[in-house]
Order: sequence, then structure tokens, then C-alpha cells
Amino acid sequence: MTGPAQSVLKAERLAKHFGGLVALEDLELEVRENEILGLIGPNGSGKTTFFNVVTGIYGADQGRVTFHGNDITNASAQAVYRAGIARTFQRSRLMLELSIFDNIMVGNHKRLNQALWFNLIGRGAFRRQFEESFEQARALVQTFDPPLADRMFEAVAGFPMIDRRRIEICRALISHPKLLLLDEPSAGMTHEETTELMDDILEVRNRFQDLTIIIIEHEMGVIERITSRCVVLNFGRKICEGSYKEVAEDRLVQEAYLGIG
Amino acid sequence: MEQPSPARATLLPGILGVAAATVYLILILSVESQTGIALLLAGGAVVILAAAKLGALESMRRSFLVSERRMDLVVVAALLLLTAFFYEDHFILLMVATVMTYMVAALGLTVQFGYAGVLNFAGAAFFGIGCYTAAVLTKNTALPHLLVLLAGGLMAALIGALLLLPVLRTRGHYSAVITIAFTLLFKTFLEVNDVLGGPQGLRVDGMRLFGWEFNSNIELGEDLELSFFVNYVLGALVLLAFAFAFVRRLERSWAGLNMDAVRLDETAAACFGYNVARWKITAFMIGNFLAGTAGALYAMMLGFIAPTNFTFGDSLILVSIVLLGGIGNPWGLAVATTIVIVLPEKLQIIQEYRFLLYATLVILILLFRPLGLLPRPLRSYFPGWQSR
Repeated sequence: MTGPAQSVLKAERLAKHFGGLVALEDLELEVRENEILGLIGPNGSGKTTFFNVVTGIYGADQGRVTFHGNDITNASAQAVYRAGIARTFQRSRLMLELSIFDNIMVGNHKRLNQALWFNLIGRGAFRRQFEESFEQARALVQTFDPPLADRMFEAVAGFPMIDRRRIEICRALISHPKLLLLDEPSAGMTHEETTELMDDILEVRNRFQDLTIIIIEHEMGVIERITSRCVVLNFGRKICEGSYKEVAEDRLVQEAYLGIG
Repeated sequence: MEQPSPARATLLPGILGVAAATVYLILILSVESQTGIALLLAGGAVVILAAAKLGALESMRRSFLVSERRMDLVVVAALLLLTAFFYEDHFILLMVATVMTYMVAALGLTVQFGYAGVLNFAGAAFFGIGCYTAAVLTKNTALPHLLVLLAGGLMAALIGALLLLPVLRTRGHYSAVITIAFTLLFKTFLEVNDVLGGPQGLRVDGMRLFGWEFNSNIELGEDLELSFFVNYVLGALVLLAFAFAFVRRLERSWAGLNMDAVRLDETAAACFGYNVARWKITAFMIGNFLAGTAGALYAMMLGFIAPTNFTFGDSLILVSIVLLGGIGNPWGLAVATTIVIVLPEKLQIIQEYRFLLYATLVILILLFRPLGLLPRPLRSYFPGWQSR
């Protein structure tokens, strides 16, 4: 690849208020192709709200979001997913009573034939699509954790947190999104598990060449290790941007976030 | 390949289980004395608990999972035997056919509530729409009765569509309240509507399929005459088989997965491109269609319908069947429908208190077995399928 990397997602003067509470204000943010952008900031600084506005769960009060140059401000969650943005959730939103395979197929929605006649009558074609999807899902799970790939038809509820995170990331990746939003993937995991999961994410990064990732994280070790660039939010505004090193040394960031005065 | 295939080995417990259940059902249905029934019920409970302890229930469950096609046939054969056993008993055959038609309606509710999570407290109303459609069409038109069944279902789905807007705009309990209002409205509407017979109700013609009169006894040879209800049992069995196969296939498709996803987490589903409303609508329409079809057959069988058959209480019976059986599991519905319909008929002491019985049963189930008598197994799209 030559020339300056293209912008994938761009937020301009983005604002979101909940009553008197300012969740996002005048946010300028750009993510370039193929990078892993770390989105950090203290609790309540608007990181998850940003994800929710981008993915169409909340409408924006002001400003614009563009994805590959197309305006997706206030687009529905469905449209955002179809455009190629997939996400995970801070508090795991897997469907616990469904199997691993079912959960991953939820993420595959746009690539499956949803016509009723296709599903109910003439099961030959359905069977082919099912088998094809199964192989894809299994191959994807295999890159994360080979033993997990042999248990595709077991209920998610029976798996530990780290496996659930992996399944959730697989659910987001199965549809080949161009942009992956990871909302605090290390939440609720031990230090070792977090390290393992980060290896997985880097592995994903190597396999999907055209994938761009934004990751919200509190673990600074994670941020330092996997991100190429960081944006720091505080009270819904961007207060700093740069490599982890630059950001960590910034005085404003230290005041707001690291609590060093 | 000398040794028996594993599928055959697992078939045996299932066959034994179905055989035992059939014999038990025949006993319950034929015994008249109230103490006899009470003893049978107690004995049945003990046997089931013992079987569960010994793991027999588990191996039966495996039979149904592993060799599904064959178990389907075994169950159909058992039902035919049961029908043959009571070949001249009008009352019992009517009860058997009633269980089957109710089960079709309960399958409809399962699609709505068990899969898509749309709680419908108007099951009896949609069943009733099917009944009244059949009454009007058989009286006033020469429409073939197979199409009358279809019309009953379509009418129920169509009128159900009127409820869609309020049902979709609300969530959880609120949409349940809307369906409750609809049941009450429906009964009142029937009572004041003279065209539909008012409180006295309507007579309905018996079923006639390709010249086959359902309402005349079947004469086989000189001195063997089958009750005309055998016709209805067979008709209901065919309808039930279709409904059962349909619902099961629905569950084993992306459509079934979509309904589950919409029920379990609307927000997550929307983030993966789901049109949440579409799947709720699909489930609601399919469910009402099944209830309406069942109603149309039921009306032709009964020959007479009145508004009192379609009260809120009857809707509650359908909901309790779904809760009792195992939300989303068609086999569970079979067990639950049988219990809910047959028990009050046989234990006359209960008749008066049957709603109390249902309430108690549902509370006990929710407390001790929240997934129902036969919990729904995980989805397997093609049973027995192995990845290469």
C-alpha cells in the first residue's frame, strides 16, 4: 500500500447530550485504514456513547459521522451493520441459551438467505448454505481457540468469560466487516486471560488485512501493546491524540486520567 | 457392519416409552371410577419419578433426538392404535381429537411466545375466529372444506394483523395487555352480533372432504361400525402432523434463529442487521394462522359454537399449555395438552376447579422446573448431521 492511508471512519463536531449530561461534545475523530485505534478515557468520558452513536443505537444531537465517505449519521443500527461496521459490547450481549454456532450466525445475518421459502421449503439449498456457514464459522473459531471449534453446538452459557469474548468477536467478524468496534474486551477477565485475548486480536489483525479496529480499553498494558494510535476522551471531548507514548506523557491526560497532578 | 447400528440401539427405549405411555393413556381414558383414576395418576407420577431416577427418561430423550424420523412414526402408530382401541366411543374420541386441535393452536402460540417472545393472551380469540369463519363459510358457501380450514387460518392471521401496530409499538407486558383487551373485545363483539348468532352461537356443518362425510359412522363389514369421530381424529392427526413438521422445520432454520435472537436481545439483534419487527410479525401471523386453522376444524367437529367457548379463560389455558410443556418444545406441548385437556374431563372433582388446577400446575412448574416439563433442546438444524 502506498500513499497516505485512507480515512475509514470520521466524526466531525459530533455531540450527544442526555438531558443536561454532556456525553459527547464537539468530537473530532478519524480512523485510518488498517490501524488499531485505542479509545481511552476515564469512566463516563463518552467512549461507549461514541460507539452507540456510530452504530445507530443513539441518534446524534449534532455533527456528522462518515464511513468511507458516506454519511451514516443517524443511520439505523441495521444500516450501519450492512455498511460493514460490527461491534462487541461492554457487557457481553451473547444469547446465552443459544449455541456458539447460533450466536455466530446472528452476526452473519446479512449474508444468510432470510426468505421464508428458502428456509422452509426446498431444504437442499438451505443445507448447502448451512454447511458452508458452518465451515466458515468453525474456521474462524479455530483461529481463536481450536478446542472451542469442536464444541460449536453447545450453549454459550456453559463457557467461561474469555471464551464468551472470543465468541462475541467471532460473531462480529463472521460477516467480514471493514470496521470492528471492540468495547472493553478485557472487562471481567484475569490478567493472563487478557494477554491471551490480545494475542487473539493481533492474530485477527494479521489474518484480515483490510480490517480496521477501534478498541476501548482500561488496561494500559493492552493499549500500549496493540494500538498504533490513541485518542483520549474526557467529558465527551477529545483531549489528546497520538501514540501511546505521546499520550501517556501528555500533561492533560495525566491530570484527567492517570490522576497524576 | 454386523453389529446393530447405534441408531437402532437407541430406538428401543423410545419405543418402550411410547408404548408405556399409550397403555397408560388407554387406562386413564377407559377407567371411570374416581378412585381408580386417582390411583392411576399417583401410580403414573411414581413411575415417572422412578424412571427419571433410573435414567430411563434420559435414554428415551436420546431416542427422540437420535432417530427422530422413526420416533415420529412410532408416535403416529401409537395414536392410531389408541384410536382403534376406542373405535366406537364417541366421547373419548372427541376428547382425543380435541387434544390434537388444541395442540395445533398451542403450536401457534409456541411460535409467537416460545420463539419470537410475543406473548399472546388472545389464543382462544384467534381459535374462535377460525371457528366462526368455518361456521359462516360452511353455511353460506359451497367452498370445499379443505379451503375452509385454510380460510379459518387466513382470517385469524388477517385480523391478527390489525393488532400488529399496537403490539409492535409496545414491549413485554404491554403487548400482553393489548392481546388481553382483544380477547375481551372479541367475546363481547360475538355476543352482540346478531349475524354471528349472538350469545346463542351458530351451527356448523360437519366436515366433508372429496365426498368423504366426516359426520357419518364408518361401516366396516357386517357388524363393525366405527364412531364418526374416528374421521375427526384422523383429520386432526393429519393437521397436527403438518403443523408439527412445519413448526419444527421453522425452528431449524435461520427463521427460527432470527425469532430466538429477537426474543433474547432486540438491541444486539438490531446491531446485526435484524429487522426486529419483521420477525415478530412473521411469528405472530404464523401463530394466529395455526390457531385459526385448528379452530376451523374444531368447529366442524363440534357442529356448534358459541361465544362462551372463546373466553379469556380459554386463552389462559393455551398459555398455560405452552408454559407447562416446555417453552418452544413441540413434544412438551403434546404432554402438556394431554394433561390440561384430559385431566379435568376424567377427574370430575376437578371440573369446577380446573382453573385453580391450571394455576397451581403453572406455579409449580415455574418454581421447580422453569423450562417446562420437557425443556427445549438446543437447535440442531439437521438432526444427526456431522461436520466433515
